[in-house]
Amino acid sequence: MFNASLKQLSSQLAEKKISSTELTTEFLNRIKKLNPEYNAFITLNEDISLAQAQAADKMLASGQAGPLTGIPIAQKDIFCAKGWLTTCGSKMLSNFISPYDAGVIERFNQAGTVNIGKTNMDEFAMGSSNETSFYGLVKNPWDVAAVPGGSSGGAACAVAARLAPAATGTDTGGSIRQPAALCGISGIKPTYGLVSRYGMIAFASSLDQGGPMAKSAEDLALLLNIMVGFDPRDSTSLQRDVEDYARDLQKPLAGLRIGLPKEYFAEGMSKDVESAIEKALDEYRKLGAEMVEISLPNAALSIPVYYVLAPAEASSNLSRFDGVRYGHRAPSYSDLGDMYRKTRAQGFGAEVKRRILIGTYVLSHGYYDAYYIKAQKLRRLIAQDFTEAYQQCNIIMGPTTPTVAFNLGEKSGDPIQMYLSDIYTSAANLTGLPAMSIPVGFGDKNRPVGLHIIGNYFMEAQMLNAAHQYQQITDWHLQSPV
Amino acid sequence: MQWEIVIGLEVHSQLSTRSKIFSGASTAYGAPPNTQACVIDLALPGVLPVLNKGAVERAVKLGLSVGAKINSPSIFARKNYFYPDLPKGYQISQYELPVVQGGSIQIQVNGVEKNIRLTRAHLEEDAGKSLHEDFHGMSGIDLNRAGTPLLEIVSEPDMRSSAEAVAYAKTLHALVRWIGICDGNMQEGSFRCDANVSVRPRDTEKLGTRCEIKNLNSFRFLEKAIDFEARRQIEILEDGGTIRQETRLYDANKDETRTMRTKEDANDYRYFPDPDLLPLEIPQHWIDQIKQTMPELPQVRRDRYVSKFALSAYDASALTSSRETADYFEATVTQLPAQAKLCANWIMGEISGQLNKEGIEIAACPISPEQLAVLLMRISDGTISGKAAKTVFESMWSGELDKNVDAIIAAKGLKQISDDNAIEQLVDQVLAANAQQVADYRNGKEKAFNSLIGQIMKATQGKANPAQVNAMLKKKLAE
Repeated sequence: MFNASLKQLSSQLAEKKISSTELTTEFLNRIKKLNPEYNAFITLNEDISLAQAQAADKMLASGQAGPLTGIPIAQKDIFCAKGWLTTCGSKMLSNFISPYDAGVIERFNQAGTVNIGKTNMDEFAMGSSNETSFYGLVKNPWDVAAVPGGSSGGAACAVAARLAPAATGTDTGGSIRQPAALCGISGIKPTYGLVSRYGMIAFASSLDQGGPMAKSAEDLALLLNIMVGFDPRDSTSLQRDVEDYARDLQKPLAGLRIGLPKEYFAEGMSKDVESAIEKALDEYRKLGAEMVEISLPNAALSIPVYYVLAPAEASSNLSRFDGVRYGHRAPSYSDLGDMYRKTRAQGFGAEVKRRILIGTYVLSHGYYDAYYIKAQKLRRLIAQDFTEAYQQCNIIMGPTTPTVAFNLGEKSGDPIQMYLSDIYTSAANLTGLPAMSIPVGFGDKNRPVGLHIIGNYFMEAQMLNAAHQYQQITDWHLQSPV
Repeated sequence: MQWEIVIGLEVHSQLSTRSKIFSGASTAYGAPPNTQACVIDLALPGVLPVLNKGAVERAVKLGLSVGAKINSPSIFARKNYFYPDLPKGYQISQYELPVVQGGSIQIQVNGVEKNIRLTRAHLEEDAGKSLHEDFHGMSGIDLNRAGTPLLEIVSEPDMRSSAEAVAYAKTLHALVRWIGICDGNMQEGSFRCDANVSVRPRDTEKLGTRCEIKNLNSFRFLEKAIDFEARRQIEILEDGGTIRQETRLYDANKDETRTMRTKEDANDYRYFPDPDLLPLEIPQHWIDQIKQTMPELPQVRRDRYVSKFALSAYDASALTSSRETADYFEATVTQLPAQAKLCANWIMGEISGQLNKEGIEIAACPISPEQLAVLLMRISDGTISGKAAKTVFESMWSGELDKNVDAIIAAKGLKQISDDNAIEQLVDQVLAANAQQVADYRNGKEKAFNSLIGQIMKATQGKANPAQVNAMLKKKLAE
């Protein structure tokens, strides 16, 4: 049951072989058993989860169920969910019970899924190792000495350790794909604007995008069918015709032109990762795909551009956490200025403070043109690279991360090394392109390797097709550490 | 030395939308604290702004009415600073590309016309209110006002006296009400002025260092604050000092301005485009559509009143001081187009006097334009005298006889004697009874004429048509 696909769970529920209440209880028990080791969840709320399961059982009984009704989903603690503690991994929100549902949560509720718990994450989604969470680090279930990746580290761990059939994540610079790669699961960041950002606590508004994390591409397609949709409460949400993301899963790949950026297959990628990626590409050749070498000359600028723009937006987005209306407030202070200083000094962790400082600096009078404006110009150049690349290929592949999961503590003292974890992933956020990671084997210390697939705008169905076809002839996605 | 005062105004005009600029919460004034602040106004984690189309439409209306350029796209930017009544820690405003750019407004001071250029007008959200009364040793925050739509209208430094500044503010105030984008209620803060004031030696070009005076919520305070500030700056300069650029607050009780903050402790607002809002595109067809719904502008009406009704510029200005007054005038004058001056006199005289006295708006005037027109017709056709008309007017105002002019005239016996034969008879009678005065007049005593008129009016209880009596008497005495 813990290894079952969403489709399998769905038919078991439909055929009454198991009830949602039973399924939910099984997963809750497994969480209770294993979570103390992994720390993948910040909050469990059995009362709400079981009430949702019972409601789902009624829907199933009355024939009103949708494809995923009754299936437990782990929600990243960045999504506001009514009645749930919603912390964003921060002391700042350690007492914040959300009075409202995020757009994504609403869509899951309407689909009749069960919220099985809120997953751990880097504080305010800032981090690549899940070590910046106020609620403690998360361990990689493949090797508890390793990081699970971040910022959606709790979600990746929960799916890999089979603590939940699927999870949600958010991705600002790689926060779905990098932990998916490090934990050996599948995850997709859709085209910017497809998934509502309403109620998803903002890190960098122009880069943030929610998406699903699951065992397989097929599961991702079913989850996307729920998550994607226009939301008038988000001005950057796109109004498009409804798509079935599973419609093309079975298409043969013959003739698919896969672009391999020469800049991604160069210095920086470790040998073990390279060998797993090469083997995966061989499988794609077997499936009839054609490899094309492409160039993304400005791709190397992604990290510097990202680390100007993301902190700039974050420094402003996080200003609302001031101790005035909700969240943490310093217990004692002498005046208003002192209240602000102490509240924010106590409420935010070191990485969040670092990014607020960087962001404040790059937006400051006299530096704005040199940093922020310049970064915006480079951002357009990076997007142009991709536009040109897609003249030659349908889809782009490469490694999701330069190395397999690093050890806990290994990079936490070296922010630059940590930031370089996102070297391949952040370009998709800067351009708004859809991108995903799927497991393609193991590297050093038997830690998972992820294949990065970047599609053209709105080509999610094609990407899922490519991933699904690979998963039909391989079984990396079926392997579980526990 | 002769000094010249240079003034530019920034006006925050609250747009009359029912909901806020980025949320669906109500903008109604006076609700209990924090009852009109939704999750978006409270800046809960995860909430996002969605622009209110009605606010944009109102900004476009202002732009069209001052001949400005409507920018498309225009950009919303974040102005970052910390304050407890600013829930997000930034205000959404417009910085580099405002929705309205340029344009101008005609003002009149002592009968002289002057053109005041506008720099720009941009959309932004209002902050909440800090309540510094004591709440158990703490300050209170009311976020009802947070997110209320504002249009900040910025003028060029084109005004040279407090009188010009007041004329500009009044003209703009009338305009925003005229085009229906702002209720103009200054007590409730719907129309707030900041004045940038500097002085320079007369006949020089270079602008002096300016001080900004904040939150002038009446035209009188605007005038007094500018006068005080200009005097203050001139005194400093004449004593050999220099002006420090700063923001000052006007204290109405002491009639003085004082330092609020200097340039040195000004915030670095770190403006940048708001990534939660797309660039605002205003397609031409929408602008054209808005144009269709615009009323005739005050300046156009003023010119029409002068050319069509031969009114003086002064009368035309007074009648177009508000759209309601102008509409009232037009509804009256259509009934008797040849008597525009009579209509204007009565509206600016009796009607406006009575409204002022009772403190009510013309929209709530108890006498309708149609009813007034009937009264004025009775004056112009000689049925009643102007003096009697005032009596009728008072009766109408207090609602007597359903405000029926003819019924009131009949009931009060105010009908004027205008029949030539009747008047001749009257005159003959009076002449016969006052032989002495007739003799006096014929001997050159002009005064006797007035006495005879008085006798006739007395005999008719003032109802005889004075012009006719006058003419008949002259004729008879000349016989």
